[in-house]
Amino acid sequence: MNKNSNTYQILYAAVMVLLVGTVLAFIYMALKPKQMENIANDTRKQILSALHLAAPSDNQLKETYEKYIIQDLLVDAQGNIVDSAANVAFNVDMKKNVKLAERQLPVMKCRLDDGSIKYVLPVYGAGLWGPIWGYIAMNDDGNSIYGANFSHEGETPGLGARITEQSFQDEFVDKHLFVDGEFKSVAVLKKGQKTTNGAEQVDALTGATITSRGVGDMMADCLAPYEAFLKKLQAAAVPTAPAVVEETPAADESESNDNQPE
Amino acid sequence: MLSKKNKEALFNPLSKDNPILVQILGICSSLAVTASLEPAIVMGISVIAVLAFSNVIISFLRKTVPTNIRIIVQLVVIAALVIIVQQILVAYNYDVSKKLSVFIGLIITNCIIMGRLEAFAMHNSPWPSFLDGVGNGLGYTIILVIVAFFRELLGSGTLFGFKVIPQWCYDHGYMDNGLMILPPMALITLGCIIWYHRAHNKELQEN
Repeated sequence: MNKNSNTYQILYAAVMVLLVGTVLAFIYMALKPKQMENIANDTRKQILSALHLAAPSDNQLKETYEKYIIQDLLVDAQGNIVDSAANVAFNVDMKKNVKLAERQLPVMKCRLDDGSIKYVLPVYGAGLWGPIWGYIAMNDDGNSIYGANFSHEGETPGLGARITEQSFQDEFVDKHLFVDGEFKSVAVLKKGQKTTNGAEQVDALTGATITSRGVGDMMADCLAPYEAFLKKLQAAAVPTAPAVVEETPAADESESNDNQPE
Repeated sequence: MLSKKNKEALFNPLSKDNPILVQILGICSSLAVTASLEPAIVMGISVIAVLAFSNVIISFLRKTVPTNIRIIVQLVVIAALVIIVQQILVAYNYDVSKKLSVFIGLIITNCIIMGRLEAFAMHNSPWPSFLDGVGNGLGYTIILVIVAFFRELLGSGTLFGFKVIPQWCYDHGYMDNGLMILPPMALITLGCIIWYHRAHNKELQEN
């Protein structure tokens, strides 16, 4: 047979593409359940890490997660709960949840071992090379941050990729999103720089200006729609705890934090 | 099984005919994934697998492939194998697949693979082709590991993620060299390795 005839070449290419396509489709279908599980477990790991929790082993991620996360909520911009079906917040695809007007606001309600209630809010934004995302665990006063976890797709190793390091994430702990009752988010700034709007701040990563700015923008952009929801939490928290005792140490703390970078 | 020719196919690429050091192929990925040892090794294993099996497949097909579209056929085979490797990694080693992210996909454009298919598998039977693929993959992996060793040690003070430089040194003013983590230092490290390699292999030196 003439190997260089047009018919032979076209047939050869067509058969090859069909064969390869079938094999790949088959492998994709065969591995998909395992892959989806890995991705979901990775998300659970990040959420648990924001709560300063870890599963005893990777096999027990799901059990650990379900033990602490007691309710999934979707809220609206007025702070009302619109949906509370199981896993409804967990299943929100943050990648497609960007447009402000149509944005769903997932909240994961968690109860820790000591009985305290935390709320995990997912955030999603842009780093230098690709998307970055994270989970912010809020205390039930609706103002202070209990813990944070950040992940990224392809930030520079050793520079921007350091947002995944514990030392950076721990800087957010105990920061307040509201200053004097106004939503300010938390700014990520170079050492020595000051916020103009009075927001509390954490130190940016050296050599990763754009990724650090991305984290700051992501926090402001993604947490702002929760303002009403967080205010409701604040209102609910005041009567149970004596307001005066609650506020004084918080104010002191924020002052000392402001002074530290200098 | 291992005639003299086959042995050459397997062992020559390790040093005398190393794809990175001597043929200067596959430089791009060797700069990208060598910031630490673990991804470098997984990348090496992935390249060995893709290279060995694409060599075998192309070697089986070599008498049927129409000359005009042979490059396309080779690319389809490589791309299919790379996608399979990527899917398996996502399913069974998710953490590493996250670390390597785009680089696994970029194996498709690794010149070593196209180079070996064109230069070896198209003219040899499957068994020698398999050995040639494993040999070249190993040659590539060795260099990756050496570069990654120096970069991780000097750049982060760790090996396989474990601290090896004692805290004592940091207390006395030692600092990790952040530049080692960036690609330019990978190129310089690689240059030093090539320099050393040539200095010790007289037959590679040009007049």
